[in-house]
Formats: sequence, C-alpha cells, structure tokens
Amino acid sequence: MPLLEVRDLQVRVDDREILHGLSLTVNKGEVHAIMGPNGSGKSTLSHVIAGKPGYEVTGGEILFNGEDLLEMSPDERAAKGVFLAFQYPVEIPGVATMTFLRTALNAQRKARGESEFSTPDFLKKVREVAARLNIPQDMLRRGVNVGFSGGEKKRNEILQMALFEPSLCILDEMDSGLDIDALRIAADGVNALRSPDRAMVVITHYQRLLNYIVPDFVHVMSKGRVVKSGDKELALELEASGYAQFEDAA
Amino acid sequence: MNLVLAKTETGRALSDIFVVARDRLPGAGKVAELRRQAFEAYERAGLPHRRIEEWKYTDLRVLMREVLPLAPAPDAAALKRAGAALKLHAIAGVRRLVLVDGVFAPSLSELTNLEKGLGIRTLREVLEAGDAALQAQLFTPGNADAMVALNSAVMTDGLVLDVADGAALTQPLHIVHIASGAAPSAMFTRSLLKLGKAASVTLVESYIAADGAKNYQVHDSAVISIGDDARLDHVRLVEDSRDAFNISSAVVTLGAHAHFNTFGMTSGSNVSRYQPTIVFAGEGSRVEADGVNLLNGRQHADTTMLLDHAVPNCASREIFRSVLDDRGHSVFQGRIIVRPHAQKTDAKMMTRALLLSDEAEADNKPELEIFADDVTCGHGATTGALDESLLFYLRARGLSEKEAQALLIQAFVGEAIESIANDALRELVISAAQRWLAARG
Repeated sequence: MPLLEVRDLQVRVDDREILHGLSLTVNKGEVHAIMGPNGSGKSTLSHVIAGKPGYEVTGGEILFNGEDLLEMSPDERAAKGVFLAFQYPVEIPGVATMTFLRTALNAQRKARGESEFSTPDFLKKVREVAARLNIPQDMLRRGVNVGFSGGEKKRNEILQMALFEPSLCILDEMDSGLDIDALRIAADGVNALRSPDRAMVVITHYQRLLNYIVPDFVHVMSKGRVVKSGDKELALELEASGYAQFEDAA
Repeated sequence: MNLVLAKTETGRALSDIFVVARDRLPGAGKVAELRRQAFEAYERAGLPHRRIEEWKYTDLRVLMREVLPLAPAPDAAALKRAGAALKLHAIAGVRRLVLVDGVFAPSLSELTNLEKGLGIRTLREVLEAGDAALQAQLFTPGNADAMVALNSAVMTDGLVLDVADGAALTQPLHIVHIASGAAPSAMFTRSLLKLGKAASVTLVESYIAADGAKNYQVHDSAVISIGDDARLDHVRLVEDSRDAFNISSAVVTLGAHAHFNTFGMTSGSNVSRYQPTIVFAGEGSRVEADGVNLLNGRQHADTTMLLDHAVPNCASREIFRSVLDDRGHSVFQGRIIVRPHAQKTDAKMMTRALLLSDEAEADNKPELEIFADDVTCGHGATTGALDESLLFYLRARGLSEKEAQALLIQAFVGEAIESIANDALRELVISAAQRWLAARG
C-alpha cells in the first residue's frame, strides 16, 4: 500500500478552482520533488494534505496508509505522521519554544495511545537534535520563532520534524529566503532524516535545492495538475529550459 | 427622573436597610456622623447608571437593580460552610485573614506568631475605639462616587493592617472574603493597610463563595498608604460565584521612592467593578498595575482605574488583558492625570482584548489628562480574535483545537501575569487561568 495516494484531487479556494484533478503516489522511503511555476498549485497541495482550513475539496481523495486523510482534523493527521514544514513558519509570542515542542510531541503521542515523554527524556532528545542542527540553546528559550532569522525558522521546522518523527514530510519551499549556507544546514538536517520508513515531498520553485536534497522522482506541476514526471534529470532539464513549455502543455 | 427612580424603589428599600442596620454598624460620634453624610450622598445619587460618565458601561440600575439587605452575622453553620470553601482556595505559606459575610472570622484566621512589625486589628475595633486620625483615614475615599459613599455608610468590618517602618514581611497577608450562602444579602467591608517607611509586604485579596452561595453582593474597599521607600506587592483574585456582584474600590497613596506592584484577575462574579485610585504623593515612585479578565457566559467585569501623577519623576505601567467568550463583557477605563508640576512623568497603558465569540464585547476608554509638558505618556488598545494562522500551525503540530486555543490564550494573558513578583503567587494565578481554560471543555 502506498504511504500517500492523491487521486484526481480537485480543490477550490473561494470560487476559483486551484487543483484540477491532481494525482500523486508516494511510497515509503521515497523522496519526491514537486516543481512548478508560481501559481501552479504546489502550496495548495501541501496545505490540503496538512488540513489547512479555507480549501474546499470538490473532487478526488487523499489516502494516507489507506485511510481517508480528508476526514481527519489537522491534529489527527499530525498524530498519524503527516508533517508540513511551512514555507513561512509563524511567530508565536508568549509561547516558549520548549513548551510548544513538548505540548505538541505529547499531544501526538497521546493521540496514538503512547506514553508521554518525561521531562528529562524530552530535554535530552531536544538537546541532541538541536545540537545536530546547529540550533543554539537560547533559541529554544525564546518564544516560538520570535525574532528568528529565516534560516533559524527553517531549522526550527526541521528540529520539529526530527522530534516528531513523521512518516510523511512535506517541505514547502524550504529554500525560500535562505542563503546558501543556511540552505546547506537545512538540507543536511533533512537528509539525516531520510529513511526507508519515511517519505518526503519537496516542493520547490528552483532546482537549486535539489542539488542538496536529491530526489528519487520529480513532478512538474502546472495549472493545478502534474503535467510531467521523471527522475532527478527532469529537474536539470527544467533548469535549462524553464517552465514555459509546460504552461503551454497544460 | 433618575432621582425619582432612586427614591421610589432602590432608594427607599435601602433607606430601610440603613435604618435597620444602623444598630449593627460600629462607631459612634464622629464616625456615625461620617456614615450619615456618606449615606446622604448615596441617597442623593442613587445607584449609578449609564448617564454618569464613569459608569457609562456598567449601569447598575440595569445590571444590579437593587442593593440587597445587609448580610446577617455568620452563625456556626455559615462559618462551617466558609471553612470548607476556604480549604479549596487555600494558598500555601500565607497568613490568612478571613471575612465571612462581611464579618471578621477569627476562628478561620491566623492571628498568632505575628512577624515583628505587623499589627492586625479589625475595622470594627478601630471604628469603635480607634484614634481619631486613623478613623478619619478610613473615610478618605470620600463621597464623590455613590457606591463608595454607600460602602462608607454601611461598612461593618474589615482588616486594619499596620506594617512598621523598616519591616520587610516575608509571609504574604491573605485577606479572604467568603460569602457563606445565607439568604440573598450584601456585605460591606473596608480594609486599611498602612505600610511604614522602607517596609515591604505582599497582600493578597480574594473573593470566594461557599458551595451554594448564589445571589449576593460584595461591597468592598481598601485604603492603602505606602510609605517612602516601601514596596507593596498586591494580588487580587475575584472568584465569586457566577451570580454574585462585586463592587469594590481602592485608594492607594505612594510616598517617595515607593513601589506598588498590583495584579488583578477576575474570573468569577456575574457583574464586577473595581475602581482603584492610585496617587503619587512622593517623587521617584513606580506603579505597575496589571490585570486579566477571563469571562464567559454573560459575565461583566469593569476596571476603572485612575492614576494620579501629582508629583514629578514617577513612572506607571498598566497592562490589561481580557479573554472574552460567549457574551462576556469587559470594560477598562484607564484615566491618567499628570498634574502641572509633575514633570518627567512616564506613564504607559496598554489594553488588549481577545474575543472568542462574536457576541463578546470589550470597551476600552483611555483618558489622558496631561498638564505638564516634559512627560512620556502613551496608551494603546487592541481587540481581536485568535489568529487563524497561529491556530493552524499549532494544530498541524498535533494540538487539538482546544489545546491550541488554550496555549494561545495563555500566551495572551501571560504578559500581564508575568509581572507578579512572588513566584508562588504567579504560579497560583497561572494555574487558576489554566483551570478556567480547562473548564471551557
């Protein structure tokens, strides 16, 4: 059974159809890249998978481990192993990063019927992961993402990914706003999490990110559909020729 | 027309109460005369209503309609019920001073092993046999406000606390007002705290009800003087029953280089109004006045605060947060007066309301009256709902809708709660706020 199966998905925002019958199959252990021009529906797809309100699914389905994902609330999806690394992680003043991480981790564990982490175990785990991602301790003491640079926010997303150990990671434009050093650190963090039990969907506008996170499959989206799929060579082709050919095709 | 209304219904009923109650009111001679004057002032005005500017948002003629008869002195059964309520609201490590139905209850209070420099008397004692200066000080709130005047006229008991010069008390003092749940009735109390030079203390005031106490009215007031170089930390918790009324006031005067840190949280009572007046009488002093309202159902909570910068070089900070669910209604009227010679005044006031329902209402009325030219004064007010993008972020990380809301609400009120200096009290307030959030279900 595939980990994620998107079948003929049709999605509206307000009165505009954004996705017009999108299909995508992702198996455990695979890394998929979704590329496409602005406005092709890449972020919409990631939001709908994560359960963001404001999108109306008018057709198709999304199965996660064979279960109907669209029937689940965002928190249920998270507990089942869906993780969206946000393109623009929000700042939450007044909520300490550590409190947030522990509340979220324990909420997921509780929903799965697992025991909650004890404070010492939790701290140990966070410190380990933070050290690996080059996240200083003082960042963890601040409010969630408050005053973080773009790179720090993205690293905080990857920190959460490492802590929550989801089976499906969706990285929405992870490279936006990052310089090359920040990008490398973030990509190293992601690569460390590649595993035969985990799949990743990397959404990006630019091929550059895929030099660091090398995908098994590349899909090109245009006007709300996947118009071409291939291996990593497809990304290089796109880099050379641009998206224009697909805009015409779609 | 209002006068007619006052006289015909509530006014007359109350006149009877005053006549009936008079025998129970401590103090003769000058005290009795001051009471009579206060009562006349109340009778002239009647219950405040919306056409009186200060009461615009809290029309007691509509909300309260009448002043209930004076509560009978608590009998053994009432004290027993109060004792049970006290157990549920006990705060560890404090000295408890308990008023049941407006009467000091020595059996529920801790009066032994007083720290050096602490003096405790009851209002009744002081009104009956105190020195004239102290008695006069008890009447400093004046009769300009009808509800304060009423309180002066009918006050039956309270605490008169004295902290000697230089005494730094380590044990917080906790005045607990308990409604025992006798017949629908009103209690009238006044407490006085005199903090000597370079003295310091933490004062907690809380308002609670015994099981089953429903329709009652708390009419309380405080007269506080903070000496030069002294520091008062003050926490006020209104946890009255959901049908109760709590109409309270305070007059706080600071000497020079004094520090007053006050925090109030209102989660109980049906209608509450707290009107503190804080006066800077000496230079170089500082006030932090913070508050949190947690309201739902049809609760109404009004804080009407006056900060009087009467002298130069003083600073004040006010941070108020309201969380309003259902048809909850919060009112914050913050008035700051900077007198003509009060240069180098630094006064800031910030109120924010979080509306969890379309029917909730927050009224903010800042009033800055600045008569000096070299000052820093500012105010701000915001009202809004929880941020959907923050909620989604938290939910995408596994928090349920309620958990996500609770975390954001806690963060919202956190800034005001942070100012509580005493760690144990701050924790107590945080857990009280968490209980409120948990009770939302």
